[in-house]
Amino acid sequence: MNRETSRREFLAGAAAGLGLGAVIAVTPAHATPQEMQDAIRKVVGSAPVTKGRVKLELPPLSENGNTVPLTVSVESAMTPADHVRAIHVFTELNPQPEVVTFRLGPRAGRARVSTRIRLANTQTVTAIGELSDGSFWSATAAVVVTLAACLEDA
Amino acid sequence: MANALINVPDRARRGEIVEIKTLISHPMETGYRRSQLGARIPRDIIRLLVCTYNGTEVFRAELHPAITANPFFVFSTVATESGTLTFQWTGDNGFSVTETAAITVD
Amino acid sequence: MSGRARRLLVALSIVALAGASFAGEIPQAERRSGYELMSRETRAMQDDDTANPGMLAVLEGGALWARKTGAGGRACADCHGDARAGMKGVAARYPAYDATLKRPVNLEQRINLCRTERQQAPALAYESRELLALTAYVARQSRGLPIDITADARTQPFLDSGRAAFYRRQGQLNLACSQCHDDHWGRRLAGNTIPQAHPTGYPVYRLEWQSLGSFQRRLRNCLVGIRAEPYEYGAPEMVELELFLMWRARGMAIETPGVRP
Repeated sequence: MNRETSRREFLAGAAAGLGLGAVIAVTPAHATPQEMQDAIRKVVGSAPVTKGRVKLELPPLSENGNTVPLTVSVESAMTPADHVRAIHVFTELNPQPEVVTFRLGPRAGRARVSTRIRLANTQTVTAIGELSDGSFWSATAAVVVTLAACLEDA
Repeated sequence: MANALINVPDRARRGEIVEIKTLISHPMETGYRRSQLGARIPRDIIRLLVCTYNGTEVFRAELHPAITANPFFVFSTVATESGTLTFQWTGDNGFSVTETAAITVD
Repeated sequence: MSGRARRLLVALSIVALAGASFAGEIPQAERRSGYELMSRETRAMQDDDTANPGMLAVLEGGALWARKTGAGGRACADCHGDARAGMKGVAARYPAYDATLKRPVNLEQRINLCRTERQQAPALAYESRELLALTAYVARQSRGLPIDITADARTQPFLDSGRAAFYRRQGQLNLACSQCHDDHWGRRLAGNTIPQAHPTGYPVYRLEWQSLGSFQRRLRNCLVGIRAEPYEYGAPEMVELELFLMWRARGMAIETPGVRP
């Protein structure tokens, strides 16, 4: 299967293969990688984003795109002088690129947050760490998203 | 009626980093789904979780529809003094839930 | 991971046509909960009570357990006391035979029978938040206990009916439950691993639903999946199939609230 195949196309293909017919109604438009870049620009402005210092943990293969566990951490002493101000998470193929923004500070003790996100397709997730000195750091992780075989009517 | 599960240690040493887990029931309707008749189901999500420690904000999460239903977060804070951790979730359609947890710091 | 799990299921039509080569009932020693076939992350979600979304329903069920309701103004707790003691082992024995109705009833039906007959309260709708919460709360009290269903003269006919349904081909895809869940468990269907279909964790938090749901809801998904007419909630066929599947899983531990993809 072409990695670019959208969830809708995959489902239609799988459904046809299984003789299930159309189980899903119209699905929404996807954001594009360009929209994700625009969303990232809105956060970082004209500052450069450097790969590093951020660690993004996602399962390489997700059993269900509805619930994908995510942990993001940034190396930082988390002192008042030098800490992580925020962590922003983006996707390139979900209907909208923003996933979540965490606002931290020295009171956090460490810059490490976990949550569960939705991924509409197999895609790459991007995390941007914003430090107190105004610098931005990033990491990416690719996730293959599989779908449930036996669905129900909506 | 939403309910929430908060996990905070009862006690900690001063300066210790404590892990906090929060789980709240909420469908997090994305606003991108359509009913079988084709009508768009309107967005209904939690937009914000704010955690304050004796009144000072120590953590904030700004949520978008890509956060799974029944939003779950694990984050940390430094145990500075005994007192109360307050968690407030707010969102669409006037959603607002506040829960507290006490912590004793030696 | 076993070689069986690594093999890909090429096309479902091949399974449908190759009915002659079925392996038959899973030997007792080879029975495995769907838990063991899940990813590490999903298993972690089930294992941690502070992170398991099904626990929200259990919490709510605990509150409902204590709440006075109905014309009698009675709470479950008023008759049954502390659920941790009073309900221990109960879910492991359901579906159970009801002497008045002369047929087995599942846990949801038992709860509703109590509500209507003992509490003079209206029955809770299937898949309603309250019924799921109460069922999850009661079943949670049996967590870790082995499923304890034995066939006797009264339940045997219903068990046989459930067994016949499990092995009967049905739906547009002309598939029997056993073809996937006895013969091809561990293999993949559209990216997911086929479980053996033991109802050890119900009501279960299914990631696909993003909510808690009953065994009957899951069964309806399966039936829609093979393009068969799904039974209505509470239908006798549903309870008979549930009885058979719980009997088939006898001795396996209850996991409620389970988490499944």
